Amino acid sequence: MSGPGSSGVVVLGTGMHPWGKQGRPFAEYGLAAARAALADAGVAWTDIQYLVGADTIRNGYPGFVAGATYAQALGWTGARIASCYAACASGAQAVDLARTRILAGLCDLALVVGADSTPKGFFAPVGGDRPDDPDWLRFRLLGATNPAYFGLYARRRMALHGSTPYDFAAVKVKNARAGALNPMARYRKTVTTEEVLASPMVADPLRLMDICATSDGGAAVVLASESYARRHAGARGLVRLAAVSTVTPTFPNTVLELPNFATDSWAAAPPPERPFRAAIAYAAYEEAGLGPEDLSLAEVYDLSTALELDWTEDVGLCPPGEAEKLLRDGATALGGRIPVNPSGGLASFGEAIPAQAVAQLCELTDQLRGRAGPRQVQGARAGLAANQGLFGHGSAMVVTR
Amino acid sequence: MTYAIEGWFAVDADGVVLLGTRCAACGTVCFPPRRGSCPDPRCDGTDMEVTRLPRRGRVWSYTNAVYPPPAPYVAAQPYVPVTLAAVELDGAGIVVLGQVAGLTVDELEVGMELELTAGPLADGPLVWMWRRAPGAAS
Repeated sequence: MSGPGSSGVVVLGTGMHPWGKQGRPFAEYGLAAARAALADAGVAWTDIQYLVGADTIRNGYPGFVAGATYAQALGWTGARIASCYAACASGAQAVDLARTRILAGLCDLALVVGADSTPKGFFAPVGGDRPDDPDWLRFRLLGATNPAYFGLYARRRMALHGSTPYDFAAVKVKNARAGALNPMARYRKTVTTEEVLASPMVADPLRLMDICATSDGGAAVVLASESYARRHAGARGLVRLAAVSTVTPTFPNTVLELPNFATDSWAAAPPPERPFRAAIAYAAYEEAGLGPEDLSLAEVYDLSTALELDWTEDVGLCPPGEAEKLLRDGATALGGRIPVNPSGGLASFGEAIPAQAVAQLCELTDQLRGRAGPRQVQGARAGLAANQGLFGHGSAMVVTR
Repeated sequence: MTYAIEGWFAVDADGVVLLGTRCAACGTVCFPPRRGSCPDPRCDGTDMEVTRLPRRGRVWSYTNAVYPPPAPYVAAQPYVPVTLAAVELDGAGIVVLGQVAGLTVDELEVGMELELTAGPLADGPLVWMWRRAPGAAS
């Protein structure tokens, strides 16, 4: 079998359950997404040889064994399963498990599912007294929520690059415009810069509308070996999964990452050539054998508006400090040279943790298949999705056609 | 006074200091204190000595929590926004996050000099905090 850059794994079908705050059990969202992906791929659940579930940690035991939960919901077939958790990168790890098994020749057809049901308000640590858990301690000792870290990155960006709250608001305006066109998005209204700047401050300099919400949602993909896909679907525009990057940081990591209290020290050892976020994307480019100049679109993890600007640079779409210029020129908007978050991004979806990276892959695939409707990026041939999960989880995928 | 966490900071005649570890083999410092092995994968060191980290540093970035953080944080009643600063310690090549005592975000700037102090959480125990460094230009 040839390696992952040339032939190998095809995204045969995608499916999603609309994002929102419907308050239903997560398995319902996952099941709906799985059925949609199977229908889209034109395969039966009984033909799936391997199912991987991306776990959710806030929904009890069924959430920790997501693979089994979805397999049982679809009806036991004896299929092999796996479940995995990597925070926001869970979906990418689930995709990686499935594609690796296909590349190894151990199966031809796999289903990957991620879904979440989230409480209102800030994400809080899992309950109980756990003074050995940095995620518990950062809340206990500092009151450092996720938006606090986003606020630190945003303020740092303002100091380094002269970004302004107007720039951050412009990211939300751009993403809301795309999200308004996406039936799977939770927020489907366009917004103005003034509305963003008038929303309540949450973690200075970030306001409510700069920060992504926590959402319910579900996403699934059917992956197939290329030979299976050719037999099954013929030569119709196969979308190849050309790379999955699940890399971790390299010591010393000089960026303060969630949920840590400190960076590594770079006093005794030089920092790596590329900071972590850049390294995540670089590993995917290297595996796919292409670079940022080859992309038609990118989905990046806009946990905050400011962070989309950081990611735009980290994935190599422009040099550091120039993301605002791309934004102002309209290059990263729908219709621009290199649309960033044409799905509407987290700004329009909110975060359904284990579903999010799978949803990114759904968007890339739908764009490359030319069926993204009013959000269609014309002639899309290559796309990158980038994401990062707390505790050092990289997540990037490249698809090509 | 009870400390909110044991072994991460000390209050003594010199004031408040963060307690990190230093690898006896390569000198890499670490916070919070670490046991067992050096964080540098190229170093075989296993002897992590407790070390007092520099008490001063410069603001890497800062933010605040306008709304009360969820449990296990215990928010003061009435709630006053918590200010947070990530501070690059002088000469240690490490950035440490902490609450800021006596300063709001409007009084902070990236690059400003802060020093370590300690203050109580709303339910009593002490935690390390940053404050304006005496004699430093603001």
